[in-house]
Amino acid sequence: MTESETSSGYTPEMISRREAIVRVTALLGGVALVGGTALLTGCRDANTDVPFTPEEIAFLDEVAETILPQTSTPGAKAAKTGAFMALIVTDSYNAADRKIFREGMRKLDEATEDAHNVSFMAAAPAQRLAVLNVLDREQKAWGDERDARTLTKAEAFLTNQRKESAPGTDVSAAPAITTDPPTHYFRMMKELALLGYFTSEIGCTQAQRYLETPGRFDPCVPYTPGEKSWAAHA
Amino acid sequence: MEELYPVLKRDYPLNEKNLSFWASDKDSPYTEVKRFDWYRGYQVGGRSLMWGRHSYRWSDLDFEANAREGVAVDWPIRYAEMAPWYDHVERHAGINGSLEGLAQLPDGKFQPAMPLNCGEELVAGKLKTLFDGKRRMIPGRVANLTRDLPGRSACQYRNACWLGCPLGAYFSSQSSTLPAAAKTGRLTLKPFQIVSEVIYDRNTRRATGVRALDAVSSETMDYKARVIFLCASTLNSTWLLMRSATDVWPGGLGSSSGELGHNLMDHHFRAGAEGKLEGMGLEDKYYYGRRPTGFYLPRYRNLFGEKRDYLRGFGYQGGAGRQGWARGVAELGVGAEFKDAMATPGQWTIGATAFGEMMPNHANSVTLDQTKKDKWGMPVVKIDCATGENERLMRRDMMTDMAEMLEQTGVKKVRIFDNGYFPGMGIHEMGTARMGRDPKTSVVNSHNQVWDAPNVFVTDGSCMTSASCVNPSLTYMALTARAADFAVDELNRRNL
Repeated sequence: MTESETSSGYTPEMISRREAIVRVTALLGGVALVGGTALLTGCRDANTDVPFTPEEIAFLDEVAETILPQTSTPGAKAAKTGAFMALIVTDSYNAADRKIFREGMRKLDEATEDAHNVSFMAAAPAQRLAVLNVLDREQKAWGDERDARTLTKAEAFLTNQRKESAPGTDVSAAPAITTDPPTHYFRMMKELALLGYFTSEIGCTQAQRYLETPGRFDPCVPYTPGEKSWAAHA
Repeated sequence: MEELYPVLKRDYPLNEKNLSFWASDKDSPYTEVKRFDWYRGYQVGGRSLMWGRHSYRWSDLDFEANAREGVAVDWPIRYAEMAPWYDHVERHAGINGSLEGLAQLPDGKFQPAMPLNCGEELVAGKLKTLFDGKRRMIPGRVANLTRDLPGRSACQYRNACWLGCPLGAYFSSQSSTLPAAAKTGRLTLKPFQIVSEVIYDRNTRRATGVRALDAVSSETMDYKARVIFLCASTLNSTWLLMRSATDVWPGGLGSSSGELGHNLMDHHFRAGAEGKLEGMGLEDKYYYGRRPTGFYLPRYRNLFGEKRDYLRGFGYQGGAGRQGWARGVAELGVGAEFKDAMATPGQWTIGATAFGEMMPNHANSVTLDQTKKDKWGMPVVKIDCATGENERLMRRDMMTDMAEMLEQTGVKKVRIFDNGYFPGMGIHEMGTARMGRDPKTSVVNSHNQVWDAPNVFVTDGSCMTSASCVNPSLTYMALTARAADFAVDELNRRNL
């Protein structure tokens, strides 16, 4: 374990949760996470940033709660998602991504001021939601554009490969297809909120269904809309 | 952690939950002439605790490949000699799988398969028709029990194998072979022992034992034996041979052919395709339990009379399933409705990565690096290994074939990927003490005996003469059981 993990002040329970999380995401065939491999191994470059303050963690709690609020099941704040987000950014993000994230916290606050003349922390839940909806559309447009570029590249590559008369096409060009450009700060926040919440005890056992030992495998069972997901092994 | 694992931190297998299963790169460094990711487990049980568990038989397609193509040297054995040993180890280890009657992937003595889920079943049925039975999507054959074996429970579908199964439900030394050995009453297990060299007697031309040093106290101790089996994982067995009998052969015990350390292979992978099973009538279908495997799609290239611009072929491993909350990152939405939606299963998706055969190449080698020592003062191995033109050409098909198959079966939004590959990443190291018919061109004979010291057997991946495209562990197990049976016979005949 690294120095940072023993001195970061977070509970061991949270630290040990982390690796399962990336594995879960990988198994779901899901997204390429910011901080990917580093998140898994707890490896990162030296981090001399000022640690997240309790106020900042409270701020992240409210951001996460706005994304994933209490409904019939507890919300992100109850699952201590803010502290989780701070931990992952501190331990697993590289310097460039950490900068995007921390500046993003400021930008999010400014966006709230611009829209409602009030800080994010002082804003009403409806105001917070309105701000995050705007930011979400912004990050989605950004992500869609990136995906479209990726798809175009992939299709061009496939078309090229399928031509029998395409000798010497350099296969080493392929990895470029899956290389991601820098990410949007709100995408980071949304990603970490989802990750933190749905892999927490509350997220697994209350928001979703969790069984440590399913005992059997049924390859095909009926599904009725609204039924909760089965959570992965924690 | 990054300080202790400068190499392992590069990729996914290393993680905090099973950190004690991985050897420290810092204590046991090695030299990379070219990037080579070497994953090692030096605890009792070794990598049998962390392996992927996929278990496939080779066929004569594989055993005859070198001879047919004039590549490297011929395997001195054929499938017919191996089949009974595959039977033996499949029954002992507990391999589950379906009987498919495929020539390129022989059936075995399987426990009942872990079935395809409904998404996979749908695609599998369409593929079978579309490709006239030549491309088949079948349940992955894995060393997870679906029926109890003595002292071991059937899989409970936790999908937590990488933690080391408390039920003994997957094959590992701890769950299977060590208990069997203990039952003989003749097992002495010596943990924390690093064998530093095989002791060789130049007069009798036999090994007389091994020298070991205690990893904790660094004390050395000699162990005498009539027969010695090296099964320390591919590069470790070869490394040990290189440190042995250097006064007779400067290149190490078994180096008289000049092939010791050469022809290192792995499986190249991380290229394939994925897509969405949209509009295929699966919205009202789900599954229960976490199956620790997926589907397998056996080799079909350079088969059935077809000839590509590369040799050999590849198989796919993949799976289908419903998206979970992670899809929310890419979807529009925040707030209550979004949260509750993300707590329910999403679209069905399917994806697969190919595992391609890597050619044996004399230039891909390991040697001793006398300039660098490990924690115990032993010169480390220097690895110089790269893929070549054949692998490069094959990788195109590895991506595009899966994309085409998915598209033709009606899968939507198909994407290809090549996440890049460096040798070692497959964790299927093979070769460096290859088996052959001629002591001038191989390190061990058809019974895994080192030509230069017949009472030394090398039965791990080092002995592999070619790599096939299927996961190799079952073949190591079968070769080891076969060699052990031979050694006992030879001892009884007083030939050893």
